[in-house]
Amino acid sequence: MAAVPEELNITPEEYRELVKKERPAPPLWRNALCAFASGGAISLLGQAIQNGFIALGFKPEDASNPTVAVVILLASLLTGLGLFDRLARFAGAGMAVPVTGFANSVTSAALEFKKEGLVLGVGAKMFSLAGTVILFGVITAFVAGLISAIF
Amino acid sequence: MGSYLTAFLVGGLFCLIGQLLFDLTPFTPGHILSGFVVAGGILGGLGLYDRLIQFAGAGASLPISSFGNALVKGALSEASRHGLIGILTGMFELTSTGITAAILFAFLTALIFNPRG
Repeated sequence: MAAVPEELNITPEEYRELVKKERPAPPLWRNALCAFASGGAISLLGQAIQNGFIALGFKPEDASNPTVAVVILLASLLTGLGLFDRLARFAGAGMAVPVTGFANSVTSAALEFKKEGLVLGVGAKMFSLAGTVILFGVITAFVAGLISAIF
Repeated sequence: MGSYLTAFLVGGLFCLIGQLLFDLTPFTPGHILSGFVVAGGILGGLGLYDRLIQFAGAGASLPISSFGNALVKGALSEASRHGLIGILTGMFELTSTGITAAILFAFLTALIFNPRG
C-alpha cells in the first residue's frame, strides 16, 4: 500500500477506500473468454492426440492415459523453455485447470529449487504446489470408498 | 469417446468456470484447483463424471477434476473386490500415468534447463 499523499489530508482508511473505488475492475469477460478459448484449444489438441493413440491400437477407454502423459510432457517442456508463463498470462485458467497446470506446478517448483540441490531442492520441493491437489483428491477418494463400503 | 466439438466446448467451459472463480472469489488458484479435484471426485463417486468423459472425451479427461474422478474410480473398483484394503491398493491404479509422467518429466526438465526470470 502506497503512503497517503499529504496534500490529500485524509486518513489512511479513507485513502484505502478511495484506492479501492478508483482501481479498474479486472476485465472479467475478456479473461473468461481467453480461458474458454485456450482451455478449449488444449482439449482439442488432447482429443487429437487421443485419436492418434486410438489409431495406434489403444482401446478408446484406455487412450486418455497416454494422452495425459503427452500433454504433461509438452507442458513440462514449455515450462523449461520459459514459454509456459508467457502463454498462461493470456490463457489464465485455460492452462491452469487442465493437467498442463499440474505439470507446470511440479516442473516450475523443481526448476525453482534446483539451486538448493537435487535432493533437498528438486526432490523435496517438487510437490510444494501440486501436493495439495493430490492430498485432497486422495481424501475425497478415501471418503468415497468408505461410503461405498458402508452402504 | 467425444468429438472435437464437444471436447472444445466442455474443456473450454471447465476453464471458463475456473477463470471466473479465480477472478471473483478471494481463494487462491491452489484452493480452487483443489476444489476442482474434490468436485471431480464427488461426481466420479456418483458415476456422473464418466458420462461426461463419454460425451466430451479429452475435454473432460484433461481438466484436473478428472484426477479426482480417477482416484475415486480406482479406489472404488478395488474396494468392491477386496473391501476396505482395496481403497489403499486401488487409489492410484488409474492415476499412475499422470503422477509418474509429472515426476519424470519435471525431474528431466530440471536437469536440462535452468530457471528463467
